[in-house]
Amino acid sequence: MTTKTATTAATAPTAPQSRISINLRQSGIYVAFALIVVLFAFLTDGALLQPQNISNIIVQNSYVLILAIGMILVIIGGHIDLSVGSTVALTGAICAVLTVHWGLPWPVAVLLTLLAGALIGAAQGYWIAYFGIPAFIVTLAGMLVFRALTLTTLGNQGIGPFPDEIRSLSNGFTGGYLGNVALGPLGGADLVSLLAGLLFVAGFALSQWRKRAARLGYGQSVDAMPLFVLKIVGVGVVVMAVVVQLARFRNLPWVLVLLAALALGYSLMANNSVFGRHIYSIGGNLQAATLSGVKVKAVTFWVFVNMGALAALAGVIFAGRLNQAGPTAGTAFELDAIAAAFIGGAAVQGGVGKVVGAITGGLIMGVINNGMSLIGAPSERVMLVKGLVLLAAVAYDVWTKRRA
Amino acid sequence: MSDEILVMQGITKRFAGVTALHDVSLSVRRGEIHAICGENGAGKSTLMKVLSGVHPHGTYEGEIVFDGEPCAFHGVRDSERRGIVIIHQELALCGQLSVAENLFLGNERARRGFIDWNRTNHEAQALLDRVGLRENPTTPVNDLGVGKQQLVEIAKALSKEVSLLILDEPTAALNDDDSQHLLDLLDGLRDEGITSVIISHKLNEVTRIADTVTVLRDGKTIETLPAQGLSEERIIAGMVGRDLEHRFPPRTPDIGDEVLRIEDWTVHSPAQPDRVLVDRATLTLRRGEIVGLAGLMGAGRTELAMSVFGRSYGVGISGRVVKDGQEIDTRTVQAAIRNGLAYVSEDRKRYGLNLIEGVQRNVSAAALDKLSKNGWVNENEEFSVAERFRRSMGIRTPAVSTQVGTLSGGNQQKVVLAKWMFTDPDVLILDEPTRGIDVGAKYEIYSIINDLAAQGRAVLVISSELPELLGLCDRIYALSEGRITGEVDRAEATQERLMQYMTRGQNS
Repeated sequence: MTTKTATTAATAPTAPQSRISINLRQSGIYVAFALIVVLFAFLTDGALLQPQNISNIIVQNSYVLILAIGMILVIIGGHIDLSVGSTVALTGAICAVLTVHWGLPWPVAVLLTLLAGALIGAAQGYWIAYFGIPAFIVTLAGMLVFRALTLTTLGNQGIGPFPDEIRSLSNGFTGGYLGNVALGPLGGADLVSLLAGLLFVAGFALSQWRKRAARLGYGQSVDAMPLFVLKIVGVGVVVMAVVVQLARFRNLPWVLVLLAALALGYSLMANNSVFGRHIYSIGGNLQAATLSGVKVKAVTFWVFVNMGALAALAGVIFAGRLNQAGPTAGTAFELDAIAAAFIGGAAVQGGVGKVVGAITGGLIMGVINNGMSLIGAPSERVMLVKGLVLLAAVAYDVWTKRRA
Repeated sequence: MSDEILVMQGITKRFAGVTALHDVSLSVRRGEIHAICGENGAGKSTLMKVLSGVHPHGTYEGEIVFDGEPCAFHGVRDSERRGIVIIHQELALCGQLSVAENLFLGNERARRGFIDWNRTNHEAQALLDRVGLRENPTTPVNDLGVGKQQLVEIAKALSKEVSLLILDEPTAALNDDDSQHLLDLLDGLRDEGITSVIISHKLNEVTRIADTVTVLRDGKTIETLPAQGLSEERIIAGMVGRDLEHRFPPRTPDIGDEVLRIEDWTVHSPAQPDRVLVDRATLTLRRGEIVGLAGLMGAGRTELAMSVFGRSYGVGISGRVVKDGQEIDTRTVQAAIRNGLAYVSEDRKRYGLNLIEGVQRNVSAAALDKLSKNGWVNENEEFSVAERFRRSMGIRTPAVSTQVGTLSGGNQQKVVLAKWMFTDPDVLILDEPTRGIDVGAKYEIYSIINDLAAQGRAVLVISSELPELLGLCDRIYALSEGRITGEVDRAEATQERLMQYMTRGQNS
């Protein structure tokens, strides 16, 4: 397929076609996610997609997804963070001490906890960025040190219960502020949730439309109109399907609102901010980035500060969900977050990856966990499948790269 | 036995719809040195990969007859068993291992699975003597320079009882002394009856050492010529398919006032802080001027450039950088860029490009601030900037979103140049701007350099190829052992004169 390169206007007839084939390669992860959902929906006789179960999947995996957002940035930058599980435990313990023992108001306590997480990230970021110790070593040390500090803080026993506000951030749902509406055979559903869903879809469509118009204005190639509409309708249908199911159960979980905001914000940051671009360039070629005037050390440092703060957020949510900060909290969370990032298309050598990909990777593991437990599979089999999925995802990535 | 050790006939090799080799024929006489010349992408390396089994039998059409027998190699091991050894441009040595260990890697001198160290080192010493490398076999390869590493590679080939040695750009990374030694060695091996095929861009070496020259162009055999009395111009004419009378684009210099002065610049080695790499160097650049910096390998050219550009190399740096009469801060790369400096590295893949990103993001990489407001990048503006450079510099790429790693060397170099032009510098330092680039693309790079000067920028060109400096520059500095040993105007510059300055030692 040798086509002449379009010289001026990028509206060459071949453009849409080539974009589809590229998208298929990049979107393998989303196709895989859809297939896994369909598979488990079938195996569980639809139990997977029941309103309450969808809600469960989101709430149960929220902390890993938050960690995955931070982790994908670390991995794009060419590093790794093994300490996030211990950081989750330590920040959960700090939050518990601040609220339960010291009786601080919950917003202050959460803020201080996030700050503590950022400090933990800064401490590790310093050694990695400014001292030049590999992140693997620094965060391996951090994994041990922060677990030890957790045990010291907790005195080897759990602290709880947490204030209601923190608990509802982890477990709670938005209130039915406007009451329910009837959805025919589906029964009653929360109006606020439905409106939020519609608003989200409308906002997505509008921003995509404006982006497309701007690209056209600059003479760039864009998806052909049918494909563009199909994409937006597809996203709209999926989002609304989830929202309707949630609205039928108990409205939107607060943690989903938080996750959506984080996913949106961090996607924008990674793609469109100077800081985000610098992370990609450092991971892509450290020396070239240095010689292009990127403040390599500062960027690396702040990526770890960010990871620490997000780990603290996950720590608060996890502790709030269990209503107790425990000494074993967060064990092996780092592995889940790292797996989510790699299933989501990150490259081991850095420079490649997407926030949405990492979240999808996390959801794939969440659906496998949930679906297999619904069909009563023993936990060793769940582990086996998750391990093989990780291997398959990275193998697929390597394979497509080699073919390219 | 026939006179021909190797006959390749009707070789056609396709990659996913692209024909890399089209009905190529090559015949090599026993005991000769056969040079293969051609631009990048002409198919030289592909042909050698077909020969050595990297592209296994069945993936190409045509036949290979080696030593009178038809061959069907399925991998490198097959071809090596027949005595065909290829030495790639990127050396395949394990730096941490000793010379002896490298020589017998995969071919260990062992007894019942255990290495026989006495035999290993003894035989290694014999091989090193054969290639004239006076080093201890137990020395780690990392402790040797590139030139000596190249000799280790050849010794390794000899250990495999080679009868046909293929060298891909053997002298590309070597200085003149080491190149000389290597060529002498090939001469010696010819006397021992070893046939060599060498791929080289350095035509002066080709005319010096080769017995026969085969020219490839666009995946076809153009001609095979006896090397005796062959001129470089004649080879180039075959390579480019036209008479390249003008290897350099015409230019009328318009030189203005002094823009940059580097004063008493001194740099010490980061590995040995008491060793001086650049010694009180002073040089000036004027607006619209192209200035050359000549020097042998190790003279301190790159060290000088990189230390000026944000102290990216070296320790114990002292001296002043004065721009437009005022001393400027160049202590960080950011400051150097802000003050209008740009440095294009000699190694674009390692220091210049993010190969996994597209053209667009590479072009913007050094000046994202220009495309962003409050820390947010305007991707559409970024696209138009990349498009503008693609058109104005003739970067041949399917789209500006195409990964830079998939482009040819010349086009990659244009992307690096575009990146630095977008920072709008007053002074550009170009370190080996045409290294590894074919003749046609070189001409384009020269035109770009001329344009830069015509825009009133000052350009400092570092190059190992003296004809390039003579053809391009208004003024040339010579550097030897870290010191500026001479300064010559275009009118008075000759290769001989520059070489004199470049080889002038501390005690002369």
